[in-house]
Amino acid sequence: MPLIVPLLLAVVLFCLGVYGVLARRNAITVLMSVELMLNAVNLNLVAFDAWRVDQLATGQTAAVFVITIAAAEIGLGLAIVLLLFRGHGHADTDRARDLVEAE
Amino acid sequence: MIVGFVAAGLLAVVAGVLVVTSRRIVHAALWLVVALGAVAGCFGALAAEFVALVQILVYVGAIVVLVLFALMLTKAPTNPLKDLTTKRSPFAASVAVVLALVLGAGVVLAFGNEKIEPVPAGAASDVGAAVFQTWVLPFEVLSVLLLAALIGAIVLSQRPGPSAEADTEAVAADKAGDTARDKAGDKAEDRA
Repeated sequence: MPLIVPLLLAVVLFCLGVYGVLARRNAITVLMSVELMLNAVNLNLVAFDAWRVDQLATGQTAAVFVITIAAAEIGLGLAIVLLLFRGHGHADTDRARDLVEAE
Repeated sequence: MIVGFVAAGLLAVVAGVLVVTSRRIVHAALWLVVALGAVAGCFGALAAEFVALVQILVYVGAIVVLVLFALMLTKAPTNPLKDLTTKRSPFAASVAVVLALVLGAGVVLAFGNEKIEPVPAGAASDVGAAVFQTWVLPFEVLSVLLLAALIGAIVLSQRPGPSAEADTEAVAADKAGDTARDKAGDKAEDRA
């Protein structure tokens, strides 16, 4: 299999994630787009691991670590989104313009 | 191998497009399941079975469930929303297309002629040995990071928002009223 196939797929998925982060309004959909981008990175890692036939399985190990970090990230991100919702009554990234809570 | 990879990849792209363009938030979250599962299929086609299984377990099993819970807790509407995508989406699309062209050109120029040789299956034991031998220090650091994220999420969700503060004040006022009433009742009993 040509190495270029998984790499191009990763490029497409990453750019879909970029579009989602820039264009979506709900904070939870923004986080879902971030997950798409992280998946594209994982695809790159696994593809290069298969290409190099690495005895240390560097790419696959790094992909598992990235999945773990993604789990931590989405947990914290959703906690922040829920805090925003409790404070303001919405989870809209365009309307969340204050750096501090309104007194 | 390549047929399975291309099929899973096309499914992942279609589902990814629906994730970022769907007008219903819950549908976007469910398309995310399809996209992540298809990427897991791509991992399987690349002979990375352990990563594929972890992907299904962690992403589809935990992260998407967490996202769906967050959608429920933020009272996300299930009907189609016109303003889920902002007005600057053409700008966002052009940024994404330019980035795709740049990245794609770079990838083609750099790795256009390389080939992935068929890898023997049974990579899970190799990955397990590598994680617990070579990469054991990053593994432990990662467990500390997960603990920190856990504590952070708990602290964030324990913080009272403005409405919650109002609730506690109301509860305190109720309690004060109750105690005042109790004292008044006691006095009345004393008088009697």
